[in-house]
Amino acid sequence: MSDEQDIILSELSDEELTLQMHDDLYDGMKEEIEESVNILLSRGWMPYDVLTKALVEGMRIVGIDFRDGILFVPEVLLAANAMKGGMAILKPLLAETGAPRLGNMVIGTVKGDIHDIGKNLVTMMMEGAGFEVKDLGINNPVENYLDELENGEYDILGMSALLTTTMPYMKVVIDTMVEKGMREDYVVLVGGAPLNEEFGKAIGADAYCRDAAVAVETAKEYMAKKHNQLGA
Amino acid sequence: MADISDTTLTTDGLDAPIGNDGRVLIIACGALAREILALIELNKWKHMALTCLPANYHLYPDKITDAVEAAVIKHRPHYAEIFIAYADCGTGGQLLAKCKELGVSMIKGPHCYSFFEGNDVFAKTSEDEITAFYLTDFLVKQFDAFVWKPMGLDRHPDLRDMYFGNYTKLVYQAQINDPALDAKAELIAQKMGLPLERRFTGYGDLETALAGTIPDIS
Repeated sequence: MSDEQDIILSELSDEELTLQMHDDLYDGMKEEIEESVNILLSRGWMPYDVLTKALVEGMRIVGIDFRDGILFVPEVLLAANAMKGGMAILKPLLAETGAPRLGNMVIGTVKGDIHDIGKNLVTMMMEGAGFEVKDLGINNPVENYLDELENGEYDILGMSALLTTTMPYMKVVIDTMVEKGMREDYVVLVGGAPLNEEFGKAIGADAYCRDAAVAVETAKEYMAKKHNQLGA
Repeated sequence: MADISDTTLTTDGLDAPIGNDGRVLIIACGALAREILALIELNKWKHMALTCLPANYHLYPDKITDAVEAAVIKHRPHYAEIFIAYADCGTGGQLLAKCKELGVSMIKGPHCYSFFEGNDVFAKTSEDEITAFYLTDFLVKQFDAFVWKPMGLDRHPDLRDMYFGNYTKLVYQAQINDPALDAKAELIAQKMGLPLERRFTGYGDLETALAGTIPDIS
């Protein structure tokens, strides 16, 4: 999607600039994204609109092309890095302007595992979709997850693992939640390269999410179900 | 073997078996070809033939089990015994289950870093080494093809810390003593921004596992 011609971002109309941001995200152009976010804000856009119409929509396109094998991990990481730049500007403003919140999530890579690329992508996409996310980082023993869940108001627990040797630890966490009688209080989503749906079911998770976009959609579905149940 | 390049072992493997007296066939990961041939020569295991699957299946571990099964079916009529020179290698137990179904044995352990170091030793030390990135002789030689390029770091070196930021050291498990490989490992460590620790492992449990293949026809 790169265009060799120099583009003056501030001279583009809102619609052109939004489309340009989709292209710039696709090409992983962090500085351009940061500049464009500031331009839209200076034109009076609400931070939530900049987030959803420019950044999230751009990452949605990236996600589709990743799923279809057109983009690969390095390109997705560059796009994510560009979005991160935009998010850093928007995040404090979103809280100030009362942007809608869909739910709260705790997320972390399991004990023995230091891989966090997928987890970080999920965190960013969940935040972009309107979730408040507490990221516990890497190498988390069961206590880290449970302490955080017990001391906050969360709807969703997300666990990530990249290694076949560490992914069984997710079951340790879920079994401990069952023992403590707290399993049913949360939606448990799991993800990571060696996992699959069968594994997710076998360990007692609510869902296996194969990528960040699926994680967001799955989380939204569960939150909608929860609200419907509360409203019934 | 001299005319088979590491690149070929990475992308194509070794289809036609080397050695063929009909007794034991080793179906191996291409990353182990040189080590297995060295062991065959060292131990004068004349009963043993070798065929290899592409080493780069490790980039897509879900390919390994099906490829091993196809190789066993293809070669089974021609050998009295088949041994699979793979560890679990990211298949999540699927390769072990398939080997049991096919009635063939494989190497114990999670991956080659473990059996080169010795599975028992690795099991004890690896919990304290979760921030170590491991390389073997083959991976040192094929680092660009196996790690750097597939991760896009040749095109986007700025992504390095996103990939390796949580690692604290590079452990080079040396199977042989080769100053050229040591020098290459040092360059790789610099490229990754990690301190290098060299450990001579020799062939570890690979040798023990292969020694356990007893020929049915003597």
